[in-house]
Amino acid sequence: MEAGQPLTGIDNHLIFEISSMSILLSNITKKFGTFTALDHVSLEIPEGELVALLGPSGCGKTTLLRIIAGLEHTGEGRVLLNRKDITDQDVSHRGIGFVFQHYALFRHMTVFDNVAFGLRVKPRRSRPTETEIAKKVHALLELVQLDWLHDRFPDQLSGGQRQRIALARALAVEPSVLLLDEPFGALDASVRKDLRQWLRNLHHELNVTSIFVTHDQEEAMEVASQVVVLNHGRIEQQGSPSEIYDHPANAFVSRFIGQTNVFELDEHDSEWLQSSGLIFTAREGKVAHIRPHDIEIEKSIDNSGAAATLKDWQHLGALIRIELIKNGFNGSDATLYAEMPNDQFKRLQLNKGDKVDLRIRQAHWFH
Amino acid sequence: MAQSSVMPGFRPTLGFAAIYLSLVVLIPLSTLVFESFKLSWDDYLHIITNRRVLSTFRVSFSTALAAASIASVFGCIVAWVLVRYSFAGKRVLHALIDLPFALPTAVAGIVLATIFQPSGFLGKLLIDTFNLQVAYKPLGIVMALIFISIPFVVRTVEPVLLEFEPAMEEAGASLGASRRQIFTKIIFPNILPALLTGFALAFARGVGEYGSVIFIAGNIPYVSEIVPLLIVTKLEQFDVEGATAIALTMLIISFVLLLLINLLQLWVRKRSGQL
Repeated sequence: MEAGQPLTGIDNHLIFEISSMSILLSNITKKFGTFTALDHVSLEIPEGELVALLGPSGCGKTTLLRIIAGLEHTGEGRVLLNRKDITDQDVSHRGIGFVFQHYALFRHMTVFDNVAFGLRVKPRRSRPTETEIAKKVHALLELVQLDWLHDRFPDQLSGGQRQRIALARALAVEPSVLLLDEPFGALDASVRKDLRQWLRNLHHELNVTSIFVTHDQEEAMEVASQVVVLNHGRIEQQGSPSEIYDHPANAFVSRFIGQTNVFELDEHDSEWLQSSGLIFTAREGKVAHIRPHDIEIEKSIDNSGAAATLKDWQHLGALIRIELIKNGFNGSDATLYAEMPNDQFKRLQLNKGDKVDLRIRQAHWFH
Repeated sequence: MAQSSVMPGFRPTLGFAAIYLSLVVLIPLSTLVFESFKLSWDDYLHIITNRRVLSTFRVSFSTALAAASIASVFGCIVAWVLVRYSFAGKRVLHALIDLPFALPTAVAGIVLATIFQPSGFLGKLLIDTFNLQVAYKPLGIVMALIFISIPFVVRTVEPVLLEFEPAMEEAGASLGASRRQIFTKIIFPNILPALLTGFALAFARGVGEYGSVIFIAGNIPYVSEIVPLLIVTKLEQFDVEGATAIALTMLIISFVLLLLINLLQLWVRKRSGQL
């Protein structure tokens, strides 16, 4: 697939006059029956950002996106686009572009007609002529690198192609905000990887304020400039990917973003952690979250005092994930994970069942 | 086809289908054709160009066409209501739709005739308020045919509406389309092929319908006499040749019309990427 290539060949500014807009949500509450999907959510998204709404299924992320789009009624609260209140405006007047998880292409229309749809339904006064429409549609199809498919029907395309057509269709009306609902959710892994990068490049070129929903933390970290973590209808944390990863606001975010080892501190565990080189005081918190790559391992010389036993390991490409059994003082043996580069692991020359010493570099503490 | 198919049983099932179609459809129909060969071409022409015969053809096909058109519109609306909304009594409505399938057509005919005759409940009302007589007119035939053909339209359109992705409508709305544009440009083109099938079924049923029509039609020659009735009349008079000639003509016209509808449907499907 050609998705990884830079987008060149056309001057987008001649074709698209996208004016990027900021989004402000204040106190959005949405209930479905007795279920509270969103609970007093307030969020500000500056113009030009590429934001990921991240969370487990049922956390309200899709509902929030649909409320911004106007596809769902706001229960309580206001939606502001460029400081203008659009809460009561119909979806067809909001000027947003929406990309659906399952593409929602018009099955009875060719690719060309799909992309042209938004232009053809404009009121007669503002509707471009057919030649202008054709010119713009072909430019958009070239932007998504699929102009050669213009006379096909959606059923004849692959998933990745369909999603790019859906994106071109949404961009045709020059939306001030682009909303994508799990845009890569229905695609297979390799296509998904290509499209992520492609989306980031496209955003870089068009610079339209974009929000996408995902439950895949890797995807959110890789694509977005800002990540909003949601859980149970509330915002847990908002920040850049590195802020979220390095400074998780709470235990939920820490567990949800990346792998982590969780220690509930009792007497033995704190002793065990201290013997593994982690320096802390009791008031830092009751729960320690330790990332696998913050654990260093070394073959133990003194077998009796060793912190853990090597159980098994898995190759994750450049990294090795090492499964360790903690040698608990009270006889309990919890599993923990460490990660290190391939060659470093080879140099240690470890075998299954070896006793190892640990050095824990840092932990995140939560109460 | 047969070799490349993974599914077993191509030969026996095809064989069964061929035998079934021969016994039940082809042999009886070809008998009709052979029977009519006993007539000379001139005799045949003489029978079917008879003024009374021609008028029955006109009545039969025009009423069937009108009824199928009206039933298509009504059936679509009913299917829409059944699929899109939930309301009290929906199950009852579901059952009511299929009632014309199950009801002996003569019963339906007698009931319709009773209420629409000039002294009947609805018939009187229509004459008094609009000066409109339904019974014993082609209009009465159309009424009866709508009654029996609506289920065909509802039951063919319904599954397509059920399958229809609501996200397609939402996509249309997000692109700025009005409710009306969403219906005419997105929903309607998607149900059109099924609607044409429903129309064809309704039309075919209407052309051949006998039991529910004859009571309300009054069967006045040149006004409200239908082809099937004329065939029965001829048979009762032991005019087998006459009946055969009319039946064959009707068979040919029906076949051509259904072929045309199918071609139209093929064209629609091709144009909308469903082939």
